[in-house]
Amino acid sequence: MTPQVDTQTNTMTSTMTGDTILKVEHLSMKFGGLMAINDFSFEARRGEITALIGPNGAGKTTVFNCITGFYKPTMGMVTLIQRDGVSHLLERLRDFEITKIAKVARTFQNIRLFSGLTVLENLLVAQHNALMKASGYTILGLLGLPAYKNASKAAIEKARYWLEKAELIDRADDPAGDLPYGAQRRLEIARAMCTGPELLCLDEPAAGLNPRESAALNTLLHSIRDEGVSILLIEHDMSVVMEISDHVVVLEYGQKISDGTPDEVKNDPKVIAAYLGVEDDEVEEVIAEELDGGAN
Amino acid sequence: MEYFIQQLINGLTLGSIYGLVAIGYTMVYGIIGMINFAHGDIFMLGGFAALIIFLILTSFFAGIPVALLLLVMLVVGMLMTGLWNWTIERVAYRPLRGSFRLAPLITAIGMSIVLSNFIQVTQGPRNKPIPQLVSDTYHFGAITISLKQIIIVLLTVVLLAAFWYIVNKTPLGRAQRATEQDRKMAALLGVDVDRTISITFIMGAALAAVAGTMYLMYYGVASFNDGFIPGVKAFTAAVLGGIGSLPGAVLGGLLIGLIESLWSAYFTIAYKDVATFAILAFVLIFKPTGILGRPEVEKV
Amino acid sequence: MTNSPETGTPGLMAKAVKEGIFAGLLALGMFILFVGIETYQDISNALVWRTRWGLLAIFVAVAAIGRFLVVGFIKPHIDRRKLAKAKSGVLEISEEKGFFRQHFLKIALVGLVLYPVAAVMLAGTQGSLKYVDNFGIQILIYVMLAWGLNIVVGLAGLLDLGYVAFYAVGAYSYALLSEHFGLSFWILLPLAGILSAMWGIILGFPVLRLRGDYLAIVTLAFGEIIRLVLINWTDVTKGTFGISGIPKASVFGIWSFDVGAANNFTKAFGLPMSSAYYKIFLFYVILALCLLTAYVTIRLRRMPIGRAWEALREDEIACRSLGINTVTTKLTAFAIGAMFGGFAGSFFATRQGFVSPESFVFLESAVILAIVVLGGMGSLTGIAIAAVVMVGGTELLREMSFLKLVFGPDFTPELYRMLLFGLAMIIVMLFKPRGFVGSREPTAFLKERKAIAGSFTKEGHG
Repeated sequence: MTPQVDTQTNTMTSTMTGDTILKVEHLSMKFGGLMAINDFSFEARRGEITALIGPNGAGKTTVFNCITGFYKPTMGMVTLIQRDGVSHLLERLRDFEITKIAKVARTFQNIRLFSGLTVLENLLVAQHNALMKASGYTILGLLGLPAYKNASKAAIEKARYWLEKAELIDRADDPAGDLPYGAQRRLEIARAMCTGPELLCLDEPAAGLNPRESAALNTLLHSIRDEGVSILLIEHDMSVVMEISDHVVVLEYGQKISDGTPDEVKNDPKVIAAYLGVEDDEVEEVIAEELDGGAN
Repeated sequence: MEYFIQQLINGLTLGSIYGLVAIGYTMVYGIIGMINFAHGDIFMLGGFAALIIFLILTSFFAGIPVALLLLVMLVVGMLMTGLWNWTIERVAYRPLRGSFRLAPLITAIGMSIVLSNFIQVTQGPRNKPIPQLVSDTYHFGAITISLKQIIIVLLTVVLLAAFWYIVNKTPLGRAQRATEQDRKMAALLGVDVDRTISITFIMGAALAAVAGTMYLMYYGVASFNDGFIPGVKAFTAAVLGGIGSLPGAVLGGLLIGLIESLWSAYFTIAYKDVATFAILAFVLIFKPTGILGRPEVEKV
Repeated sequence: MTNSPETGTPGLMAKAVKEGIFAGLLALGMFILFVGIETYQDISNALVWRTRWGLLAIFVAVAAIGRFLVVGFIKPHIDRRKLAKAKSGVLEISEEKGFFRQHFLKIALVGLVLYPVAAVMLAGTQGSLKYVDNFGIQILIYVMLAWGLNIVVGLAGLLDLGYVAFYAVGAYSYALLSEHFGLSFWILLPLAGILSAMWGIILGFPVLRLRGDYLAIVTLAFGEIIRLVLINWTDVTKGTFGISGIPKASVFGIWSFDVGAANNFTKAFGLPMSSAYYKIFLFYVILALCLLTAYVTIRLRRMPIGRAWEALREDEIACRSLGINTVTTKLTAFAIGAMFGGFAGSFFATRQGFVSPESFVFLESAVILAIVVLGGMGSLTGIAIAAVVMVGGTELLREMSFLKLVFGPDFTPELYRMLLFGLAMIIVMLFKPRGFVGSREPTAFLKERKAIAGSFTKEGHG
């Protein structure tokens, strides 16, 4: 079932951190006549926080939706290489299979919680596939067999673990819709983590947060990375990105304009131009000014 | 061939009636996003108003010209259903606006039950036959066109033109379209949303009354449960055309009229409604938002 | 301070009078043709009319005076009470529950089990028939149907307007299979459930892509298609004549209720001949079926599939992002909901001994859906209460022969049954848009189980 791509190279490096977890090659996405993404390629490495940045409308969320299966890309390949060396071609999987089989979880720019379920229930829904198996696809669980009871307890423990990490343990029994904005963001991330992902994709996790909530988010993201889960995040606020990411990819008008460490990207004249919004022919001037400034 | 054309004409007539009712469904759905289940019964109420006016006028003025008679029936029917629909919206739908989506659906179903049973209780459960209003027919070879059919189709065309003008060219229509797009924003920009919605209900009811009067004239009989089947078919027409789209409602109505008459003519009359519903299901499976409906964009 | 609402101000009275007059005029306009004029057929079958000005005057007066009272007295009174409550700062949430509310379910269950016994004791064997059959069984059938539909609408948030189709499949499965193969009720009951579940999947599969109101109309269409096929496929279903002589259920094959049979129940126990025993037996059968439905629903809600249904109602896209296969999740909801409809259908067939397409019209679907929504989507208790109020209330109307004394001997209360049912639907929704029980019980908790207010739960979009 699962397409095995490049297994040779992967098995060699699979145990190490720093190998590739996600490979996006020649990705293009067309909406009608509009080319939202044009021949975009990048790689994300295991155990790192990779940031995808760019001005508004650059196509970041579109890339995300292609990776997580909500859009089918017009062209290109998206490969996910799991820890055990198995590769999955994400564009061939159905959206829910990307989470279920390929172990990629995501959050949304406009938070999508199950607002009428409690915080705890939100995290239990995320463990659906594991619990489904444990309940013998409902039939055994309906008969009240102990296997399901144990799995159910384990699921609550897993939820408790992530609730503590996300500092939500006190609100576990409240409806998710009742939480303040920052807590909802953290809950959405905790919920995604409960699916047991290898790659976590976050769509503007810091949008709309106040500085204190932002700091709490950074702690959560670092602790997720320390668990060995790789993170891919979208952000258009440069300051957030520079603080937490190991690797930055810059997108503008659907094309990659820069790729490297935060420092490299920060000093890339093309990136500066993109963010300051200057015309292409002015880029030279900007570079010249930069050089002048550097000289002074 | 003549047989086919004859069926085409019959289907067109029936489809015009469905189309007129379907506009009421589609407009209300467009503007407040609810299925007004009672709309079919408003259509029935329109037919009954026309019937009662017919009885009164013919008993007082025996030789009244048919054109004048029809005109009075139409006008009174429109006023009457407008009044009813306005009140229904005020009493049963407006208090629930913005609340739980299923609540107005349930009150609408309740209202539909109330209206048909109200007429059953006040006017009796039996069918009400009236004598033929217009009986002229014209023959073109083997094809027969009755004056009734011409009146129905012509009236539909005229009303649609007027309606199209109102929605697309007048300030009222602009307010309606604005409310449809974004109710809150429209209110902020000074559109009287409540009034716009009320007028939409009145307009939909008026068209349903015309359809009800035409239905009475065409079949010569009215009954308290006439609202359900034509109502469901008109609603089907609105969905088939793409609910929320005015041309869609008319197109859907015509399609259903044609399917019905052609199916009855060439296959079996027994399964004509099965054919209608099956085609609806079939179309929606391949085009989930109807023929002219805007595709629903899944925003992620 | 001069215009405090405490003292009935002249401004308020003037407003009340104005609104009252307006309501009266409105009623005059609305009812002048339909109430003021009566159409009827004379001896020569021609349609003629006569006036009913008296009745019209009553309608107008009721509207005008009613509106006057509401605006002038009732509304200010309610506002004052609200204001007083807000001032005293007492919140309406009371944590303490009385003994009755705490043990509501147990009391209700004991009451139901004892109900036929009490009916026999109070009204005699033959007299109990009415109470056990018309009220008991009738209400419990609707409870079961509404609980079944609740899985689809209340939990999974899929608006189904054609639920009665599965009821029909269950009923006709039992009627036809027992007629042609002579199988007993206890074999056919599960079979009817399975057949209905299969139809649930067959009908559910093509429409899964549809959302919200599109789904509603297609389910309505499927419901109508099934009914129309039942009417027109006369070779098999006997069309509108229906199938009669459907065999009675037996007590698990041990005792029979057929009059001539050797193992006849009444003979075996030396009881006097009466159909009441069969009805009492049926009462316990449907009660057991209801309890099964409730048990399965409660268990499923605490299982991954049930949680996935509720998650689906809240946000389908988020579900998919968590690796939940929404197609199979929706299909299971459809299938399980349909299965309970099928059980109820085959029970209906054996109770009536007769099925015809007349019993499976859209109105039935609407009534079942109304019970689910009026009860409070997802809440089994609320739905049961709604079934008792709506079905029991309209059944009660049949019994009100004393009304003949008030309205004259021609008055038939049954005629007003559906009219009042519709009015009740509207009034309950206006006052309780979330239904009788609007809150939701969580399926798992860490520290304490807190009910979730209805304003947080969503109603689904597909």
